[in-house]
Amino acid sequence: MTRFIADLGYATIRFILELGRIAAFAADVGRAVITPPARVGAFVAELFNIGVLSLLIICVSGAAVGMVLGLQGYNTLVRFGAEESLGAVVGLSLIRELGPVLTALLTTGRAGSATTAEIGTMVATEQLDGLRMLAIDPVHLVVAPKTLAMVAAMPLLSALFIVCGLAGGYLVGVALMGVDAGNYVSSLQNAVDFRDDVLGSVLKAFVFGILVGLISTFRGYTCQPTSAGVSAATTSTVVVGSVSVLLFDYIITALWGV
Amino acid sequence: MRFGTRPVLIDFSCEFPGGRISVVLGGSGAGKTTILRLIGGLIQPQEGRIWVAGTNVVGLSERQLYEVRRKLGMMFQGGALLNSLTVYENLAFPLREHTQLSEQEIAERVHATLAAVGLRDVDHLLPGELSGGMIKRVALARAILRDPQILLCDEPFSGLDPISVKRIEALLRRINQERGITMIVSSHHIPSTMRMAHHVVLLWDHKAVQGTPQELASSPDPQIADFFNEELHEEGVREPQHTPVHRW
Amino acid sequence: MNRSPRRDLIVGLFVLAGLAALAYLSMNVGGLTFRNQGGLMLYASFDEIGGLKPRAPVVIAGVKVGQVVDIVLDDDYRARVRMDLRRDLKLPVDSTASIVTAGLLGDQYISIQVGGDDRYLENGGTITMTESALSLERLIGKFIYSFERGGNGSDKASDGGKP
Repeated sequence: MTRFIADLGYATIRFILELGRIAAFAADVGRAVITPPARVGAFVAELFNIGVLSLLIICVSGAAVGMVLGLQGYNTLVRFGAEESLGAVVGLSLIRELGPVLTALLTTGRAGSATTAEIGTMVATEQLDGLRMLAIDPVHLVVAPKTLAMVAAMPLLSALFIVCGLAGGYLVGVALMGVDAGNYVSSLQNAVDFRDDVLGSVLKAFVFGILVGLISTFRGYTCQPTSAGVSAATTSTVVVGSVSVLLFDYIITALWGV
Repeated sequence: MRFGTRPVLIDFSCEFPGGRISVVLGGSGAGKTTILRLIGGLIQPQEGRIWVAGTNVVGLSERQLYEVRRKLGMMFQGGALLNSLTVYENLAFPLREHTQLSEQEIAERVHATLAAVGLRDVDHLLPGELSGGMIKRVALARAILRDPQILLCDEPFSGLDPISVKRIEALLRRINQERGITMIVSSHHIPSTMRMAHHVVLLWDHKAVQGTPQELASSPDPQIADFFNEELHEEGVREPQHTPVHRW
Repeated sequence: MNRSPRRDLIVGLFVLAGLAALAYLSMNVGGLTFRNQGGLMLYASFDEIGGLKPRAPVVIAGVKVGQVVDIVLDDDYRARVRMDLRRDLKLPVDSTASIVTAGLLGDQYISIQVGGDDRYLENGGTITMTESALSLERLIGKFIYSFERGGNGSDKASDGGKP
């Protein structure tokens, strides 16, 4: 019994230490972002890796989710004769929840893990120490552009996910199930509010971008300099990243009322 | 200096003469690389002082360390070149970061330094496309690019064939003679140490045994003398496969 | 890090596409407008607004001409509704605003019946003739009440210029 309590205490201490390290790391990254010179080239390169290369998976997943929502929504609504509200159902679920959350989860798996693996490999091959010896801050040159690109890409990817989802819902609802096109669009427009829904959605995507960006770079930056260390860090990014996205989704929803 | 509970260097003290080549010798895990990383400020000791070109690097902030490191060059064991950049970019970008040189001046300086380590026409190659010996030489070029006072070389001979070892050794000696750079080389390669070192720091039981290579080889402690002579003896047989290379 | 024009172009296109998606969601779907200041602002007070919410449409003859901006409780404990209408709209001062329901259970919106006066409402003016929301339960209650009384049809809870 005392053993269990001691284990719990140890785990708690480790958790709090880890939180402290992440906070200090976040402060370093934040300072690096505002320190000149701005790494425009590196930022654009990372935006390409994180944003453009995630585009396909985001758009395909968005359309698929929208189509499923259209089908499920229609089948449920038609029982109450309320199928003209399909646009509202598809739109609100996508904008409030599914868009930002699924985008963040997909991006964690696709780009977050790659970010961790890349930085982790640079740690293992002493590339970051090499930069330090050249008096170049690796956080400034390598980490900050990656984090920033993640923060910038997430709202854009989420918006594209939602638009693809709306189109998928439209396709199934209007073209396949015969909901009136005008009804679909007008119920969508009437149900969705700019401040409550769209702004909240962008806020979520933005926060998720910060979370995933920080977690993936932190895991890579602090990974053990061995190949096993890199792979453990990559796994940890996906697990911790996904869980914290879902946790923060609940917190933002509760606070913002989205 | 401890890592976790494993002590590496205890009550350790040594010094490296300016303008000369010093070799840090020791078996695997004895702390050769640790000493170089301590000098570079990449790790901090639990206690003690480390004077580098007149500055104690223990307890300095990262920003203060950057000032010290402007006088330091470090050649890493695996090269530590940024593998997303070409050889030319790997050398050019530290100059862009720290100097106001024009692109043309940067190109001249990069090519001159590459020529000094015996490389040409490698500008557009990526580190992944280079051989082990070439990576070491590019790493050396990057380390001496900004004319450091002190050059740290971590295992410059590891993973190389005997011919490449001789070539790197000759390069280091020439650079030392021409530029008067203080060199601190970590190695467990006895023959090249005997040839090039002015000063040897042998890591023995967490402590330092210092002297010229000849002094150590004829040490009154028979174990130390054996360490030198045995290795010399077996050299011909063991050379090609004697170093574990850490490449991930 | 080296720059490459092709990659930069693709990244630029990605950012533009993302921003376009955001703009579409905000303005077309979310109904964000930047012409709030430019439109014709009118007020109307109702005794009962039922389920009317901000952003509900305002229509004339079924055509959408604007939307509800906000709803506050005024000093007389009546709901004061601010509407943002099309700038070019000329509404006579005796126009009537009523809250109606789309279908039996649908969303509520404001319908304006255009009056016949020569004078027009200015920007920031108030529509004095209003007709409150019909609550279905109240309507049924009223119907039963008037039925018991002998069928003297009530006026629909109207109140134009209340003193």
